[in-house]
Amino acid sequence: MKVPEQPVSAVAFDELAMPLFDQLYNFARWLTQDTAEAEDLVQETYTKALRGFSSFQAGTNFRAWMYRILRNSFLSSRTGLKVTVALDEGTDESLLPAEKATPESILIEQASREAVQQALSDLPVPFREILLLCEVEEMSYQEIAEALSIPIGTVMSRLFRARKALRDLLRRQDGGRHGV
Amino acid sequence: MACEQWRGKLDAYADGELDPAETRGLGAHLPGCSTCAADLLQRVQLKRSVQAAGRRYSASPELRNRISTVLATKIGASKIGASKPRRPMGWYWQILAVPALLLLILSIGVNLYLGRENARRQRVYSELADLHVAALASASPVDVISTDRHTVKPWFQGKIPFTFNLPELQASPFTLLGGRVTYLAQTPGAHLIYQVRKHEISVFIFQDRIFEDRGTDPATLPSGPAHAASFNEESWTQNGLRYFVIGDAGAEDLQALSKLLRDAG
Repeated sequence: MKVPEQPVSAVAFDELAMPLFDQLYNFARWLTQDTAEAEDLVQETYTKALRGFSSFQAGTNFRAWMYRILRNSFLSSRTGLKVTVALDEGTDESLLPAEKATPESILIEQASREAVQQALSDLPVPFREILLLCEVEEMSYQEIAEALSIPIGTVMSRLFRARKALRDLLRRQDGGRHGV
Repeated sequence: MACEQWRGKLDAYADGELDPAETRGLGAHLPGCSTCAADLLQRVQLKRSVQAAGRRYSASPELRNRISTVLATKIGASKIGASKPRRPMGWYWQILAVPALLLLILSIGVNLYLGRENARRQRVYSELADLHVAALASASPVDVISTDRHTVKPWFQGKIPFTFNLPELQASPFTLLGGRVTYLAQTPGAHLIYQVRKHEISVFIFQDRIFEDRGTDPATLPSGPAHAASFNEESWTQNGLRYFVIGDAGAEDLQALSKLLRDAG
């Protein structure tokens, strides 16, 4: 979402930010895994964004900017500080051959909504958030890079690993259900 | 391009992030490669599954209201505060100031115009009053001495560029003393002197257009009674002629004479 190339006022902030309310809350709820924390996080995001709105560069991506504020607020929160994932950000991984599609793996992709939700919840936060931004928010790689403050190459490699991790989780769930 | 080289680009293809050339290339490869096609299908299905599963949580209306209220308060405070103190004031100021300024300019303009028009009118009456007084002070106030309108009227022929009708005075208190040619703005006109109860009344008749030439709109010259320099005055326009009746007689006398002249004209 691009905003017009003109000075933005406090009223303009309201018009730009409030349409993002539902999706920001959904994202916050996925990150925090807690309703009260998510509500606090969204409110904190809006307050911080309004305060920093004068420094927001008109013409840049407002949505990515809002998500970045939310995510940074989350990472500095009590729950966010516990999120420690050692990620090896090798960009070459994105070029690794994907797993071969098998009848089993196709079955996994047809897993129930609840199963996918459970798998997403079980994913480490960096994988969970990048999948949500890409699939749910349908952000471009560039937008994701802005929201997460990482290079595009890292977006691609992390996305690749997040998908692989999700498939592994789903396969494991599926295997557990079938007593494997 | 070999199949293996496409495999690493299936995610980017599904995400719509491949450049146009690669998108076309992979698009051409897929129909002939069941392995890549099946792989892509799996990835697209996973994307859809995550999309559906990810849209999970809805905020309470209370949270939305709370944030809206917080924003409204802060936005309102920032407007009143130091950063934007002039914004609402500016609007009101402009809304009020623009018409006020226009009104001021208009009123100054109207005053100047009316003042100028009034000055012109006064100038006309001053000149006429001067002509009236000068004629009466003269040893020969009139050039044609006659009480008979049928004598006076023809006398003006060839002397002034217009003709006019004079009233029958037999049933009135007025007496025609005579007439003379006069000039206003270097234009000849008729100057008639009437008498009523020892008061002389001057009647001036000019072509109405001379007042336009002088920049004085006849409409702004008073129709009906006026009063200036201790003289009573009447004025009107009739058949392209401008009549002025001026004298120290009572206003009623001037109005009565004016009526006679109007009826005759």
